[in-house]
Amino acid sequence: MGAIGFKFVVFFISAVVVIVSSVLMITRKNPIHSALWMILAFFFMAVIYLLLNAQFIAVAQVMVYAGAIMMLILFVIMMVSLDKGHQEEQREQKPSVAKKVAGALVIVILAVELLFASILYQATARPGVYPADAVFSVGNTKTVGSLLYGQYLFPFEIASILLLVGIVGAVVLSKKHK
Amino acid sequence: MLQEIPPNYSYILSAIIFTIGAVGAITRRNAIVIFMSIELMLNAVNLLFIASGNAFASMDGTVFVFFVMTVAAVEAAVGLAIFVMVHRLKGSVNADEVNLLKG
Repeated sequence: MGAIGFKFVVFFISAVVVIVSSVLMITRKNPIHSALWMILAFFFMAVIYLLLNAQFIAVAQVMVYAGAIMMLILFVIMMVSLDKGHQEEQREQKPSVAKKVAGALVIVILAVELLFASILYQATARPGVYPADAVFSVGNTKTVGSLLYGQYLFPFEIASILLLVGIVGAVVLSKKHK
Repeated sequence: MLQEIPPNYSYILSAIIFTIGAVGAITRRNAIVIFMSIELMLNAVNLLFIASGNAFASMDGTVFVFFVMTVAAVEAAVGLAIFVMVHRLKGSVNADEVNLLKG
């Protein structure tokens, strides 16, 4: 290892790819291009999760977000805006200078607030009982599983009811009304 | 073990991604792109959970991310069903033209 470790190099490359593809995602006119850039951002977010010792969440990220949710979004984009996906983003009138200045100000204030909060925060949390070495000796997924089916059993069941409600709601909503 | 990444770097990355997502949710007109920006903001929060859990030797962050992913999946299913229905009614998913709740 040199002065900067292997993890730093991977982290910085992944962070740059995530930021660039996120910016491209919110600037592309075509929603399909937005969705494809977002898949790239989610993949490299999974790489960052791997670097942060969260292997289970990294795999779940690729399967749930980059696989299931983005497939659903691409499907709906193709169903919804095939014919006029391009002119939907056309605006009737250009925003005035005052609106542009106000928007830029709000964006800068939000970014500066979040950055200051992340840099100048005072961590008041106490260390937990799962240091990375201990989790590594048991296995990340096994630890998550024993927590999910032990301490968090009731929220887990509530989450499954939420999924059931989501399925029923989606079917009811997209059913053709007579 | 390899040298760990300082949690501040992950926090800053999370802040940047959240800002990008918020800007996308405010500025775009296409409802599906707004929805994707909200997913990006959820991902920034997930990153914050994972980084904090890693920094403080806790697994609770991972469990919370699991629940956030569950809610995001449900949100995707119901939200996209609503978009399909709105497209059927209005012929577009432009957020400026949708005023179905206006009395």
